Parts: sequence; C-alpha cells; structure tokens
Amino acid sequence: MITLINRGFSRRSVLGAGVALAGTLAMPAVLRAQDKSLKVGVYGGYFKDSFDKNIFPEFTKATGIAVESVAEPTGEAWLVQLEQAAKAGQAPADVSMMSQTSTIKGQATNLWTPLDPAKIKNFGDLLPQFVSKYPDGTIAGIGAVAWYITLVTNTDTYKEAPTSWAALWDPANKDKLGLLALVSNSFLLEVTAKTFMGGTNALDTEEGILKAFEKLAEVKPNVRLWYRDEAQFEQALKSGEIPMGQYYHDVTGLAAADGQPVRSTFPKEGGIQDSGNWVLSRASTKVDEAHAFIDYMSQPAIQGLMSRKVGTAPTLKREVLNLTPEEFAAVSSDIEPILPRYDLYTSKSDWLNQKWTELIAG
Amino acid sequence: MRRERPQTFADYTPLFFPGLMLVVFFVVPFSTMIAVSFFKRDPTGFYTRDFVFDNYARFLSSFFGGVLGFSLLLAIGVAICCVVIAFPFTYLLTQRPRRIQTLWLVGLLSVLSLSEVIIGFAWSTLLSRTAGITNLFVWLGLMEAPVALLPSVWAVLTGMVYHALPYTILVLYPALVRLDPTLLEAARTLGASPVRAFLNVVTPALRNTLVATLIMVFVFALGSYLLPQILGRPQHWTLSVLITDQAIYQSNMPFAAAMAVFLVLISLALVGLTLLIGRRENAG
Repeated sequence: MITLINRGFSRRSVLGAGVALAGTLAMPAVLRAQDKSLKVGVYGGYFKDSFDKNIFPEFTKATGIAVESVAEPTGEAWLVQLEQAAKAGQAPADVSMMSQTSTIKGQATNLWTPLDPAKIKNFGDLLPQFVSKYPDGTIAGIGAVAWYITLVTNTDTYKEAPTSWAALWDPANKDKLGLLALVSNSFLLEVTAKTFMGGTNALDTEEGILKAFEKLAEVKPNVRLWYRDEAQFEQALKSGEIPMGQYYHDVTGLAAADGQPVRSTFPKEGGIQDSGNWVLSRASTKVDEAHAFIDYMSQPAIQGLMSRKVGTAPTLKREVLNLTPEEFAAVSSDIEPILPRYDLYTSKSDWLNQKWTELIAG
Repeated sequence: MRRERPQTFADYTPLFFPGLMLVVFFVVPFSTMIAVSFFKRDPTGFYTRDFVFDNYARFLSSFFGGVLGFSLLLAIGVAICCVVIAFPFTYLLTQRPRRIQTLWLVGLLSVLSLSEVIIGFAWSTLLSRTAGITNLFVWLGLMEAPVALLPSVWAVLTGMVYHALPYTILVLYPALVRLDPTLLEAARTLGASPVRAFLNVVTPALRNTLVATLIMVFVFALGSYLLPQILGRPQHWTLSVLITDQAIYQSNMPFAAAMAVFLVLISLALVGLTLLIGRRENAG
C-alpha cells in the first residue's frame, strides 16, 4: 500500500496530463441521490482522482449504484481503522482497496466477508495471483489494481537492453544502480531467489532467506542510490547520472514516449508484479452491491479502460482483453511475473526489516 | 531597577499562557510517545497497550549504537562547521554600514524560505557528474573528466551546513551587534591586531552565546532526515531516517517511539553536559 501512495507523486506528474484530458471528457463525478449506494475506499491521491473521473461514474451509469469514494490513509492505518470499526459493527467503507500484505493480515481476524465467485462473471478469467484465499479456500479478496517493477536503463549509457536481472550483479555496473530502499517494496529478495536460486520457493526457510541476503549483499558496491522517493531516481535515470535500476514499468514507458533516453525491460526472469485487492469489510451490509461492484471492475472492458486511463496491469487473462499489443505492452508482459512473497512480509516482517537494514546500512 | 518578587496569585498570570502551550505542545505529545514506547508491538496489526521493554532491548545493539553514534557525530560536526563559518562572518557583517547589513539579512532570510527538499535536490544536482560543478572545473582545465561528488558523507555535511547556516547567523547577529565597541577600541589602542582582538577579546566576551548557538545548531541538525537520504549512502542515514522507516513503513510505532525517546534523552544529556561545563568555567 505504501508503494502505491508513494508512487502517487511521480505518477501524478507523469500521468497528470493524460488524466486531466480524460477528466474533461468524462462525466463529472457528482454523487446523485440513488436508492442503492456503496462506499469504496481507494488509495488517496492519484488513484482516487482517476477512479473518480474515469471509472466510478461509468459504474453508477451501468448499475444504478451510487459510489461514495473514501480516500484511504497511508500505511496500515486503514486496516487498523477497519478492524476497530468492525469490532463496533461499523464500516467506514464497504469495499476497500487493500495491499496484499494487509489482505493477509485482515484474514487473521476474519475481517473480510468471503466473496461468492458465482456472482462474478469473469471469475474464471482472473489470473490466479489475483484471487486471495482464506486457508479454508473461501475468497478473501479479488485483484483491484496491479503494476510492474522492471529493470530500467538509460539508453545513452546502455545501447543494448539488459536481458536478465543478473545485470544488477555485473561488476561492470559498479556504482551505477538505483534500487528501492525497503525490503517490502523493492522485492529484491524475490528477484535474487528467482534469478539465482531457482524460484521464490527458495525463500520458504530462514536458511534460504539468509542465503538470498548473502547473494544480495554482492549487489551493494553497484548501488549508488537506495531510494524512497521516486522523483529522486527518475530524474537521475533520465539524465544518465544513475543509468540502471528498478522502476515502475508504466511510468518509464511514458517517459520514453516523451522522448527521454530511458527504457523498461522485462528481464527473462520476469518483471516484479505488485498489486492490491478489493476486499469487503465484515461489518458491511451491502454484500450484493459489493459483488456488483467487484463484478463490474473485473470485466474485460473495464480492465482495458483502467489499463488505458489509469495505467494499471490487467487482472484478467490476456485472451479475454481487447487491448492492442501496444496497449498491453505499455502496462504488462507475457513473460511470467515474479510474484512477491507477501506471506513473508506478514509472518517475518520485523526480522526481514532488521536484516535488510543491516544489509544496506551496515 | 530592582525586580520585585511576585507577591499575589495574580502576579503569576503571565506564566499561564506559556505554561499551557508547553503542556499542550510538549508535555502531552512527549508523554504519549514515552507511553507508546512501552507498548507491545503486534506484527499483524498495530500495537497493544502493555508495559514491556522489548522495544528498548531491540535498540541496544551494536548496529543501532553505530547509527546513533554517527547521527550525534554528524550533528556535532554540522554545529562546529556552522559556528566556525558563521561567527567571523557575522562579526564582519556587523562592522559594515547599516544598509549593507540589511541587504545581507534579507538575503539570508530568503535562504530560510527554502525547504529541506529544495536544498537537497539543488545540492544533488550541483554535486552530480552530469550537471555538477566538476563540469565547470573540467571547462577551466582543472580536472580531466567530471565526477560525481555524491553520495558521500561530505555531501551530507555540506548540505546540512548550508541548511543550518542562516539560522546560526541570525542567532549570533543580535549578540554581535550589541557588543560594546569600546572593548575593541581598547584592544586596538593597546596594540592588538584586528585578528588578535577578534580572537582574544570578542570571542571570550561572547563565549556563552557561542555555546548556546552550538547547542541550537546541534539539536537542529539532529532532526535532519531528508538530506542524509538524498546526499548520502545508507551508511550515512541518521537515526531519524530509521525512526521514519519504522513509524511509517513498518507501522512499528512502539519501536519508533523507543528510538525517538532514546534520541531525545541522549541529546538532552549532551546539552546538559555542555551547560554544566560552561557554568563551571564561568565560575572559575
């Protein structure tokens, strides 16, 4: 979730022009008096703005259900608020956009009302990583938005695009990389496991994780910048000051389209796919409206609209989408993605964070 | 004029407002932070009310000790650099005509309006390989090829000194402007050079002001969290950076609070020690 909020800044600036244009074409997002309504929690900033402009009015037109969008605060504060409110039988929002880690944490207290797949027409077309399940197999959440973090390079410095994440380890790239500064948003442990250890299953045990940390430590001399603020890296990438690193695929594509000397590459091991779910608070009584909403959002046409207008990767199989190859390539790839091990960030978060901080700052 | 001791209850009323502000803006938030620092971290949620020492225990490691040590040294370094640069500068400034002084002060005030973010990004451009000052040196023939001067501890120090310097000058200015000019005149008539007069007369006369300024800049620099991130490597991240990571990114409020309490206590202890030494010297 943090990732999303943080990336709001630079995404807003890059995508801002497009959204502003789309906004003038779309209906104004006025809440009309309707019989049926639904409160939807969305990450504040860029996502809320573009959903209010491009997606929610269309939903109200199609279903007659009015949407009241609620801006979610940063961090896990929203999860905690929902949890406290549910204990008192209240739902500050019926449906919420929730990071994968928070979805898992909410499952521990049965915070999410199980969703009925029969009420979601395109359920069968959802990619497996976008169905979040309780241990008993019932459905806790369904993919809302997804995006890729890929290997990015400055085209003036690197005439040839790198093909593998292993380029980060290449001694020739000493002091040339910009990487995300937190264990829970860089997903570099997963990248290490997929590239050198045969897959993210290698992280199942603590020994495996420590081995990945050891391998990852070899990257350190190559890293010039560990960034929290995206603008910091994006600028340095464009100027060639820091010519390689990990960054958001969609934003890099837009910068390249603007004529900047940057490129985003899906390495052969896959790009990192991060995402958020739609979840329904157990305190909400609007179960039918919520299903109608999630059903609507999971349609191929709406997923296509979101890819074009909001810049998110589709949650459905490619076959059912009406995206052109260019539109698809702008937000996604056919190469199998590296899926973050969100379970680790719930069960071992403090330990991972401590090891990570010692690794990069030690 | 003799100062009367307060006689009635009404004489104390002027103290109520500052006292109230102190309670509202310092005592209450700080007490809350101390309380939270003893709460129990709940990795699946937020925290639960409790009284545990886990958060302090986790902090007592060589890793965090190293970070704390670096943060304190950096803040001390910034304080010393600032005072060493600002004191002679402010002294010379007070020797100039009134109009020139005003111009300088307005300029300094305008630097104050720059936020830490702008200062950080400006210096990161200035010290970069692609657009930085080394390009100028190459053009002048002083260097072979442009180099990046950041990330480094010197870049962090430069940025932080730049950030704190206007405050330092503005704190020193009133004391220097009020300095009795006859002190200097006496020194000069007795044959001291201007430099000697400055070092042997002006500096000792303003010793207390200098100590107070050092403490102020030290505390100011201790809270810096953006500049070390923008201009430094992870080894140069201050404790404030790690506190932010815990509070905002890990939702670990108890641990963040424990670190913050520790930082406040250490800096209060250092300030107290400095004042104690100062008082003993003055007495002797």
